[in-house]
Amino acid sequence: MEAAKGDQLFEILSRLFALLVLTIALGGFVTLTVLSWPSIKTFGLSFMWTKTWDPVAGKFGALPFVVGTLVTSFLALLISTPFSLGTALFLAEYAPKSLKGIMGFTVELLAAIPSVIYGLWGIFFLVPLVRKMEIALSLPPYGVGAFTASLILAIMILPYATSVTEAVVSLVPEELKEGAYALGATRWEVTRYIIIPYARSGIFAGTILALGRALGETMAVTMVIGNRNEILNSIFAPTNTMASVIANEFTEATSRIYLASLVEIGLILFLITLVVNILARWITERLKVQRGGV
Amino acid sequence: MESTILKTEGLKAYYGETEVLRGIDIDIPRNRVTAVMGPSGCGKTTLIRCFNRMHEMVPGARIEGKIRLEGRDITSMKLIQVRRMVGMVFQKPNPFPTMSIYDNVLAGYRLSGVKLRKEEAQRIVEESLKKAALWEEVKDALHRRGTFLSGGQQQRLCIARALAVNPRLLLMDEPTSALDPKAAHRVEELISRLKETVTVVVVTHNVAQAGRVADYTAFLYLGELIEFGPTSQLFTAPQDHRTEEYLTGKFG
Amino acid sequence: MDKGVTRRLWKDRVATLLVTILALVPLIPLALIILQLAVKGITSLNLQFLTSLPHPPGEEGGGVLNAIVGTAVLLALASALAVPTGILAGIYLSEYRDRTLPHAVRMAADLLQGTPSIVIGILAYAWVVRPMHHFSALAGGVALAIIMLPVIVRTTEEVLALVPRDLREAALALGVPRWRMILKVVLPTGMVGVTTGVLLSIARVAGETAPLLFTAFGNPFLSLKPTEPIDALPLVIFNYATSPYADWWRQAWAASLVLIVLVILLNVAARLLARRMKGE
Repeated sequence: MEAAKGDQLFEILSRLFALLVLTIALGGFVTLTVLSWPSIKTFGLSFMWTKTWDPVAGKFGALPFVVGTLVTSFLALLISTPFSLGTALFLAEYAPKSLKGIMGFTVELLAAIPSVIYGLWGIFFLVPLVRKMEIALSLPPYGVGAFTASLILAIMILPYATSVTEAVVSLVPEELKEGAYALGATRWEVTRYIIIPYARSGIFAGTILALGRALGETMAVTMVIGNRNEILNSIFAPTNTMASVIANEFTEATSRIYLASLVEIGLILFLITLVVNILARWITERLKVQRGGV
Repeated sequence: MESTILKTEGLKAYYGETEVLRGIDIDIPRNRVTAVMGPSGCGKTTLIRCFNRMHEMVPGARIEGKIRLEGRDITSMKLIQVRRMVGMVFQKPNPFPTMSIYDNVLAGYRLSGVKLRKEEAQRIVEESLKKAALWEEVKDALHRRGTFLSGGQQQRLCIARALAVNPRLLLMDEPTSALDPKAAHRVEELISRLKETVTVVVVTHNVAQAGRVADYTAFLYLGELIEFGPTSQLFTAPQDHRTEEYLTGKFG
Repeated sequence: MDKGVTRRLWKDRVATLLVTILALVPLIPLALIILQLAVKGITSLNLQFLTSLPHPPGEEGGGVLNAIVGTAVLLALASALAVPTGILAGIYLSEYRDRTLPHAVRMAADLLQGTPSIVIGILAYAWVVRPMHHFSALAGGVALAIIMLPVIVRTTEEVLALVPRDLREAALALGVPRWRMILKVVLPTGMVGVTTGVLLSIARVAGETAPLLFTAFGNPFLSLKPTEPIDALPLVIFNYATSPYADWWRQAWAASLVLIVLVILLNVAARLLARRMKGE
């Protein structure tokens, strides 16, 4: 089929921009690797489990931050999952029509609030609150720390988990639910024995997605986590996450190895979120295959 | 003897390995309405899509044999030129939703970047809408969106749009099957009048419709041209038993 | 038999209560945040605040004009970079989908979308700040553009894929060349959806701080030059909130109010546009 000049040019032009997107992604990975090379070469694999972070001595290890990230993210997930599940079920099954719109709107609003504003609120409201609680529990009254960060993260990832979960729950076929109701089941029984099993994979996928977001969250965490470059010895201790240490120290990285170590942390973060996202995608695909194209 | 506007010689059409048209030889008579009918899957839509080279747009689709438009092999002509000479109206009315009625009629020019003087443009719009029997209904609302019209009006708009570039041959793929009976009837009346200025080939699965509008009828079955001739002759004295069975509704 | 039913009904009531409580709890932090924003921010929000430049650290007063202008400049830069690129890439994915490249591009877009914004900041640092040897609005714009890009590409592809096939065929049947068909029929038909995607992506990056920390960096003076460092509302909020000055904390709340109003307006605009699209 003959392709007119104009058609050829347009295809080339649009392909060029599509290639640009691909180049940015691949180039990004390459850039991260290249910039962190001095650190990779010097510390090798032990970077991952070294817990010293000493810019003065030039010795760097990512362990405190990996631990900080994992602890805060999983704790945030633990805290928020009951609420995201409950809200999703409420929106899909329990809410009267009038409330549904308002609640949906508030969930969206929570998602739209910028991270730095969560951080601001965290500093001036949550930290004093946690401090009071720590005093009451005879713990060192830091106020800031992994626990506070987890709390704020939980609030921030809630809307994402909720919207994915709600979407999946509302896809449960009416016939299945009606069949159960017709047998005299209560609303809770339908929820527990029909809806949740059917939507199980989707709920799990939503959780993984929320985890992905929590892992990369930077600003609110930086503002309430206490910024101490040590492995936390308790949930309430100040520490740092991979994202927050980069945010804090990048502009102060004076030596090449210092910068390279920070970028290497960025590379690790990049790879972890990549894996998590692939996992979430794989689960969603399996879900589709299972249900035959839900 | 009728003059022929389009002639096929041993036309075969393939989708990948599947042969959909098995060697068609047909002469489309000029300024007449020719109906192409047959049961689902007989290849009638594929046939007319070969005439304006839309068939080859599908990945893996190809043809063998020759198609001559006004004596010229259409594969040797520029694609855009072929589509100017051969227009198409589709089953589901599809006016461009972001354009007004006025702009829809002129789309064949506008979209190709052809600049028209204002008087020229207005003349074309009025002529085309009149040929499509739509002018009186929309002349005061030319700048409204095309999608506000009823189904039948939208289809006539699409006909006007196809006519605006002055094609020699107009292909219509089941033009009334998505319309209500009243609108369908109006389009059929229109088809009969159109042959004064353009040759029409109508694909239809409605035997009665072919009887109403067509001067000539071609009967296709499983990719073969079973019979072709003046409609009255085909309907009253079909030569092939399959034609007769189709006409009497034995299969379809 | 009767006892069993009573138990089940009782369980059901408890479950309903539990689910309702779980759903209402997230409203508490939302209400608290909005309340604090309103209470602490609104008193500081006045014309002077919006139109004056910051005062030196420790000195009371001043405003966030540089940050407001900076946000506008950054969003304009980011849009100028991301919108044409994203739309054209999206067109390629939608209109030429039977090639091999689109699959890789889609995966790349998804990869970028899932990348933490601070990592994208590192990329912009490496690609713009380093060669230029100083921080700049351009670097910030590039960082934000990379964040916006996957959203625009995905939205454009999805919206254009929804345009009915016979619309494309009608244009082609009129003898219109393919590239004109795409630009003058397919794209205009999907324009509302594409614009919604663009607005939503702008709303998302308006509040981003992390990628600006070492690209745009911040600037207490009014700056319009793309080659100079520039400030932005989220940056100002972060810097003021983590400073030791109470006056700056007050200003952080007020700036937050301005930022959240901006983000909400953009979201609402996108929502209204989407509803208009459904209505057509």
